[in-house]
Amino acid sequence: MSKVLLKGNEAIAEAAMRAGCKLFFGYPITPSTEIIEYLAKHLPEAGGTVLQAECEVAAINMCFGAAAAGARVMTASSSPGISLKQEGISYLAANELPVVIVNINRTGPGLGGLGPTQSDYFQSTRGGGHGDYRLIVLAPSKAQELYDLTMEAFDLADKYRNPVLILADGFLGQMMEPVLLKEKKEGNLPPKDWQTDGCKGRAKRKIASYFLVNELAEEACQRWQAKYDQIKEAEQRWESFYADDAEYLLVGYGTCGRIAKSVVLNARKQGMKLGLIRPITLWPFPVKAFTSHFDGIKGIVTVELNAGQMIEDVKLAVNCRVPVHLYKRQGGMLPHEREILKFVGQVFNLPVRGEA
Amino acid sequence: MMDKVLLAGFGGQGVMFIGKILAYAAMLGSLEVCWIPSYGPEMRGGTANCSVILSDEEIHSPVIDQADAGIVLNKPSFDKFLTRIRPGGVLVVNSSIIEMDKTRDDIEIIAIPAGDIAHEIGNPSLANMVCLGALLPKLKLVSLDKIEKALDEVVGKKKPELYEWNLTAIKKGLES
Amino acid sequence: MQKVFGRPKGLTEIPFHYCPGCTHGIIHRLIGEVLEELNIIEDTIGVAPVGCAGFSLDFFSCDFVGAAHGRAQAVATGIKRALPDRIVFTYQGDGDIAAIGTSHAIHVAARGEKITSIMVNNAIYGMTGGQMAPTTLTGQVTTTSPYGRDNGVAGFPLDLPKAIATFDGAVYVASVSVDSPKNILQAKKAIKKAFRVQQAGLGFALVSILSTCPTNWGMSPVDSLKWLQEKMIPVYQMGEIKVAEEVKGL
Repeated sequence: MSKVLLKGNEAIAEAAMRAGCKLFFGYPITPSTEIIEYLAKHLPEAGGTVLQAECEVAAINMCFGAAAAGARVMTASSSPGISLKQEGISYLAANELPVVIVNINRTGPGLGGLGPTQSDYFQSTRGGGHGDYRLIVLAPSKAQELYDLTMEAFDLADKYRNPVLILADGFLGQMMEPVLLKEKKEGNLPPKDWQTDGCKGRAKRKIASYFLVNELAEEACQRWQAKYDQIKEAEQRWESFYADDAEYLLVGYGTCGRIAKSVVLNARKQGMKLGLIRPITLWPFPVKAFTSHFDGIKGIVTVELNAGQMIEDVKLAVNCRVPVHLYKRQGGMLPHEREILKFVGQVFNLPVRGEA
Repeated sequence: MMDKVLLAGFGGQGVMFIGKILAYAAMLGSLEVCWIPSYGPEMRGGTANCSVILSDEEIHSPVIDQADAGIVLNKPSFDKFLTRIRPGGVLVVNSSIIEMDKTRDDIEIIAIPAGDIAHEIGNPSLANMVCLGALLPKLKLVSLDKIEKALDEVVGKKKPELYEWNLTAIKKGLES
Repeated sequence: MQKVFGRPKGLTEIPFHYCPGCTHGIIHRLIGEVLEELNIIEDTIGVAPVGCAGFSLDFFSCDFVGAAHGRAQAVATGIKRALPDRIVFTYQGDGDIAAIGTSHAIHVAARGEKITSIMVNNAIYGMTGGQMAPTTLTGQVTTTSPYGRDNGVAGFPLDLPKAIATFDGAVYVASVSVDSPKNILQAKKAIKKAFRVQQAGLGFALVSILSTCPTNWGMSPVDSLKWLQEKMIPVYQMGEIKVAEEVKGL
């Protein structure tokens, strides 16, 4: 298998096609647009359809219909567009419909800018729309991972009957890297014995989330909660990088996760025992990563492209037993390795050599 | 080993394109590579830039603070990126249209009249390729034969005549 | 004994929950009969709205999906694109299709989406207790137009079928009423044609049906029918508003 050079957004689109996604409903918005453009060009050749919807709201509800009919379906957008989709995403969660949603985060609030940002962490990990629900949230950090996780997102969505969100930024979406185009793994997925595709030879089915009896509504909430607990137990993912003997930890995902790796390597050259936890699932948050590495840890710095959102989950994960600091850039700016290391030195009173 | 390269010029001068050629050359040589465009409104007129990281090991941070090498095709790019080359690094300057009103003595500056050379070849739009040729000997990880393969991959299949033009321009840059 | 009247196979055994005198029940029955007569119950997926017809998904014997408010036609688009050989229809109130979901109404028509939409126009928001709808008549009193709908403040009643008929992709548009036996028969004909348009894959079909809401209008069922005839019918363009050339042969 040879590698091809793809933009991150193209890697997402290519992976979706190879995962068997035949339908894409979307609305163009920078910096996610290459996804709909790539699929518009290539999906018809694969026997699928790209329908450019009249609005983001239409797109997510078209996904709702296609998923109810049993199809593998995806939509992609960027932050303001994802905000518009939130009602539909809430309905997807309530009706337990497997849809893959991509958010190539742009800066907010408002129209914002196009630079790399992680300002939608709360929106992504707390549900996002109305009601008490969760999405499985995947946070890739390079083109190959965008490809691999997109492909897997479809299986996770089918396995748990839950919408899956892929959260990346414009930097990852626009950056080109070599990607190995792996084929889909044949998984053992549950049959879609709930899909509404016409009741030939069986009893009629309905897909709805409307309760006028509170007892029934509570029962549904408990069923969803049990599913979320199961996901929390089974699907926490992270990468540990020099974390085993670390005295200080960086925590960063996506673009920050890979920048932080360079910081760790620089720190180690200076004899500083710095490690990294890179969350790959943002929901469920990889709490287990911290319990397994906790003993020798003296302090943590989260590196985020927002005002400090993931830091709350990190503090919960370590029960606030060690100091947790935030190093942040906002508005589409990325931190350099040396400014992060300098900050680590400052907050923990550690010597940092040279200009770094 | 790593080559961190910045490329900048007016939109339409083919900055993204030389970035892509470098990226393909690296990939065909089984190197790790990261091609990062400036995007959004910057794409529509004004200064365009992209950066390419070539490496023989995994590329972690894709953020280039100080580059090993750079090509600037116009004056605004020269002004913006002169300070972004690390001490000991190299900057190729299209001297046909860039008046170097400042300089640095801790980096190597290769001033090449790329616009004029491209004009002599008979295709003024190839200044980018002339500069790429001039930069090639300074890169640790990419050589002419890989660039030839990349050119073949990117343009050769669709437009064989463009392949020849581009290769001629690169060689002119190499020789000068 | 010969059975001369029964429940159509297109309806389930579940009793309607609608208020006394409400004409949703008549419209449900007509659709149930059409599904049976065209023999498409097992091929059909219905999409229910938010509003009084939110529970209609229990009443029809085909598969059914409950959409968010106003989004039934977008959901139907997704189903139809996934399963082009099935019959997909939406059942929506006037608030659902002609206010919060109007963008989809326009775009399914413009795209010629091969679905059938049934719009029930009773000039009021029923489920939430009688608020002004886009279709509320000028001067009509509702809980959000307590002094009567003032055109200067709240604009004019929206005649959606008339607008939809202007789009190339809409091949059959009709506006009917269920206020009398004669009109009920007309309504059924229109509904049946709208489904046959989809069977033939010709394009988008819309049937708007004028309906009563005695509870929120504050009238007896009989007075409600009279009010519909005297006040509503003159405001809305009635009959087959658009029958495209290719539909005429059906």
